[in-house]
Amino acid sequence: MLEIRWHSRAGQGAVTGAKGLADVVSTTGKYVQAFAFYGSAKRGAAMTAYNRVDDSEILNFEKFMKPDYVLVIDPALVYSSDITKDEKLDTTFIITTPMSTQELIKSQPKLEGRRVFTVDCIAIAQETIGKPIPNTPMLGAFMKISGMYDIEFFKEKITKVLGKLPQKIIDANMIAIQRAYDEVK
Amino acid sequence: MAEKMELRDVEVWDGNMAAAQALRQAQIDVVAAYPITPSTPIVENYANFLANGYIDGEFVMVESEHAAMSGCIGASAAGGRVSTATSSQGFALMVETLYQASGMRLPIVLNVVNRALASPLNVNGDHSDMYLGRDSGWIQICAFNAQDAYDLALCAFRIGEDHGIRLPVMVHQDGFMTSHTAMGVRTLTDDVAYNFVGEFKPFNAMLDFEKPVSYGVQTEEDWHFEHKARQHNDLMTKVHPKIKEVFADFKKLTGRTFNLVEGYHMEDAEVAVVAIGTAVKTAQVAVEKLRAEGVKAGVVGIRVLRPFPFNEIKAMIKNLKAVAAMDRSSPNGTVGALYNELAGVIVQMDKAPVMNNYVYGLGGRDITIAHFMAIFEDLKANAKAGKVQQPLQQFINVRGPKLSFLSQE
Repeated sequence: MLEIRWHSRAGQGAVTGAKGLADVVSTTGKYVQAFAFYGSAKRGAAMTAYNRVDDSEILNFEKFMKPDYVLVIDPALVYSSDITKDEKLDTTFIITTPMSTQELIKSQPKLEGRRVFTVDCIAIAQETIGKPIPNTPMLGAFMKISGMYDIEFFKEKITKVLGKLPQKIIDANMIAIQRAYDEVK
Repeated sequence: MAEKMELRDVEVWDGNMAAAQALRQAQIDVVAAYPITPSTPIVENYANFLANGYIDGEFVMVESEHAAMSGCIGASAAGGRVSTATSSQGFALMVETLYQASGMRLPIVLNVVNRALASPLNVNGDHSDMYLGRDSGWIQICAFNAQDAYDLALCAFRIGEDHGIRLPVMVHQDGFMTSHTAMGVRTLTDDVAYNFVGEFKPFNAMLDFEKPVSYGVQTEEDWHFEHKARQHNDLMTKVHPKIKEVFADFKKLTGRTFNLVEGYHMEDAEVAVVAIGTAVKTAQVAVEKLRAEGVKAGVVGIRVLRPFPFNEIKAMIKNLKAVAAMDRSSPNGTVGALYNELAGVIVQMDKAPVMNNYVYGLGGRDITIAHFMAIFEDLKANAKAGKVQQPLQQFINVRGPKLSFLSQE
């Protein structure tokens, strides 16, 4: 079972990102789960979303998770949320930040010794989609680091998930996904 | 004519979308609704389908849940297929009208996304609202994930609307862990789903002016008891056979199996937990681990809470040595409701398992595989000793010192 935890602010699209990923994975015949913790969260409040992926039916409905991947799509959450909570020895962190990986670890020493990758999804989204919605670029970065799917295959599938959006927005998302794929380090 | 919707064989839906799609495919005449978290997206999605031409019907916006169920009662008595959704405080406000609906024998389908009851206010899942409906005269069917929520909503119309039954049906799903958890849901095409549900056949419709009828009449000491007795009689004798028949037809159509009570590894189990909702699934993961260690563990999932499958449970647990009743609602002054229900079964058994009670998951609190592993440790000890080795009732995953009650010392 592959398990992913997203750290986001309400309104940044972590739930849409998690469901979009589930949608793509589901088309390949795997079993998926995507959920989030809401509470009465207002826009901007720190929140978490989750993915599970497996080859057989997912029976596990506990909220508790020891994630294989932690995807952080807001730069400040590295300091204000417990992003290493319930980590495993080999948990991989992909973090949105304008900093380099080295600078980030220096600014948040608890990431020391972890498998950390960085990419500026906020800047990429601003420059391509025109809005600071970092969810789709994060999926591009995740494809690169996890090697889950070939990026062209992923883009083709996610295009269908985004289906109802105007073509211009879909195109911008594809550029954002590709850029994050290329730029994550 | 309503437009058809193209669905993939597997759609990634949460429980709310799954229920909304089942309502769309059943082509309901009237939905009267007052949305409340976490069931809001069911009626929101339904309104969206209606506005986009996928449904021929009426969506009535009302000023409260009491009015929502009242509207459903009127529309159902008038002679239409009727459904709505609610949760928690909304369910509580509906309670008065729930008894009216079942007493008038109106086959309304109510999707209940289970949520805690205030106070303190809480939007997350537990079974307090489900338990509140226990004596309301409705059929109560429980989904354990989004696939179930879709399948069972379709089955609910067939069961409740049958002219031999004519009773309203609740389809329960866990707030958030089912309602907001997306998974791959195997779909039916619109035509196949509608053909399964079948065309609505009115019974004593108020809008049939050739044959005038009264609904909601008053009966005092002279006839009230006979009406209630007849309703109870139908619940006790007619509903289970009908549910089994519908589940069998559904299996023929889809290959997916439902039973009044679901058993997992119960054939040779010596210790088992009895639960409702997503906990039934999580418990199975614990059982798989225990089986690998050689422990004969099992899970009983209550699929139909009302009418209560007394004899089916009795047969399923007959070889158990120890069993735990898992209650996701505060009993507020006694043992859990499920414990009480099961005690009624166990007292009639020749070789009764020892039983204890756990209260878990209130207001959305997590229950994990590790919690179930600890519960099974208790059950193993109880099975070995032949009596309960802990206080009868324990609270799980609650802050502070371990909370337990009814010590048997």
